[in-house]
Amino acid sequence: MGKTFAEKALGRAAGHPVSANEVVTVEPDFCVSHDNTGPISRTFKKIGVKRVWKPERLVVILDHGVPAPSSEHAVNHKEAREFMKEQSAPHFYDVSSESGVCHQKFPEDGFALPGQIVIGSDSHTCTYGAFGTFATGIGRTEMAAAWATGGIWLKVPESVKITATGALKPGVSAKDFILKVIGDVKSDGADYMSVEFHGDGIENMSVSERMTLCNMGIEMGAKNAVCEPDRKVLDFINGKEKSSDWEILWADPDAAYARELKYDLGGIVPGVAKPHTVDNYAPIGEVKGRKIDQVFIGTCTNGRLDDLRAAAAILKGRRVAVRTIVIPASWNIYRGAMRDGTLDTLLDAGCIVCNPGCGPCLGAHMGALAPGEVCVSAANRNFKGRMGDKESFIYLASPRTTAASALTGAITDPREA
Amino acid sequence: MGETLKGRAWVFSDDVDTDLIYHNKYLAETDPRKMPQYSFEYYPGKENFAKEIKPGDFVVAGKNFGCGSSREHAVYCLKEAGVPVILAETCSRIYYRNAVNNGYPVLFVKGLSDAIKAGKIKDGDSLEVELANGSIKDVTSGETFRGDAVSDLERDIMAAGGLIPYLKSKKKAGERDG
Repeated sequence: MGKTFAEKALGRAAGHPVSANEVVTVEPDFCVSHDNTGPISRTFKKIGVKRVWKPERLVVILDHGVPAPSSEHAVNHKEAREFMKEQSAPHFYDVSSESGVCHQKFPEDGFALPGQIVIGSDSHTCTYGAFGTFATGIGRTEMAAAWATGGIWLKVPESVKITATGALKPGVSAKDFILKVIGDVKSDGADYMSVEFHGDGIENMSVSERMTLCNMGIEMGAKNAVCEPDRKVLDFINGKEKSSDWEILWADPDAAYARELKYDLGGIVPGVAKPHTVDNYAPIGEVKGRKIDQVFIGTCTNGRLDDLRAAAAILKGRRVAVRTIVIPASWNIYRGAMRDGTLDTLLDAGCIVCNPGCGPCLGAHMGALAPGEVCVSAANRNFKGRMGDKESFIYLASPRTTAASALTGAITDPREA
Repeated sequence: MGETLKGRAWVFSDDVDTDLIYHNKYLAETDPRKMPQYSFEYYPGKENFAKEIKPGDFVVAGKNFGCGSSREHAVYCLKEAGVPVILAETCSRIYYRNAVNNGYPVLFVKGLSDAIKAGKIKDGDSLEVELANGSIKDVTSGETFRGDAVSDLERDIMAAGGLIPYLKSKKKAGERDG
């Protein structure tokens, strides 16, 4: 019997072959955290260890509330800054034009590498699976313990195999595919499992599209989500690798899976996740015409250059009917969109463009919702009240669908925009 | 360990996400003792939880409790409110790890989701829970339930009171040995 990706990656880290459901203790290759670094450092100090086991393995990227929207946020930032300095830890991304959303910046700067183990004190750490990394979200206490000991206990997960064949039709996005998958698997359907994306449909996707898929693995409960690293991934990381100890790993053809699902990408249509759960899927036809108050394009899910360009292609030469907030996922992306004219197109259409960061995705700032308001968002979560008032409503959709909806002020099929 | 815990049930549905347990609006708060006041503020019909929770009361939920964010606030806000254990059919991976790592027990109870939907366990019911063997009795309805056992490593971490005290005790043992 062959091995799954998770069995191979955790076996490599453990130094011996492992199988699903074993518990192993492994040393993480990188540990990523954000604004919660301050509280983690306090817990770390309680353990009684003075030095982080390997300070060069910490990657701290402030993104949740940048620049600080309140003094509480500022205190968290300050603590993170001081801790990284005190530990002589080199990988600190402060509030600056060299930063971005952690799950964008981390791969952008070559920390997401095939076959490595990454833990992050953020649930969307699973994004790095797009690079063939075994990457999983953990809590703060656990992160403090990993900093102190250089180890983390992980149960080798069982795996789910999702095979996608063919190609998406015009106007249809990777986001539409993953929303459909989550609607089928449900929000706990891959709980504690490793989700592997297979098939020529995935090979045909860009690295950015694969990041969108892996990013949303957690929305079906997954421990990690992963695509096979190929030439596109190698080109992406080429020359930026922050470690040399990586290796391309992939599942054997005869690996054992807890569940297998197959999709023909040609059959995927634009879709949304209706309020208030990510698995509340509906094809666009069922929700078309619903009035909206705000559109949000951005985040670690869909704030990359191809996402902004897809939105701009729809908005070009037209005017939005509702307030439309665009947040590039990093300053690199911001500059790219500035250089190629994408930002001008969006501004000409009436969108506002905010500084890179998580923005209104978690309701902290830059576009909170009032009671009764409806937002169509390219983010990853639509939990009740997540973007503001508890009587507000979030529909998750692709950047194309959000842009098409911005034009009409109602949920709109991007194929008709 | 053979002690029987007694308290009232606060009953929740399936898929209770971390924003419903502890909303992201209060994420900048870092003192666990200040977190209970925000518990379940966004859960429809449980807005009174924070005011009316009594130490010893139980949180009873269906499947996938704590899905979503990795925020540990969602564990602290219940632990600090004096909820001795969470009873859920299943819970999200990160939530569960956060609970174990804080020495906070979650009992996985088969059939709990259906029992909640069928009204066999309701808000305000008196419960008796034995953590040692996982037995749960709803004294009000007369229904009984059974919670699952946890792995040895998880039990060791919880017995130590969480991951930090567990590591400290290992460190001390290591110092003695060395």
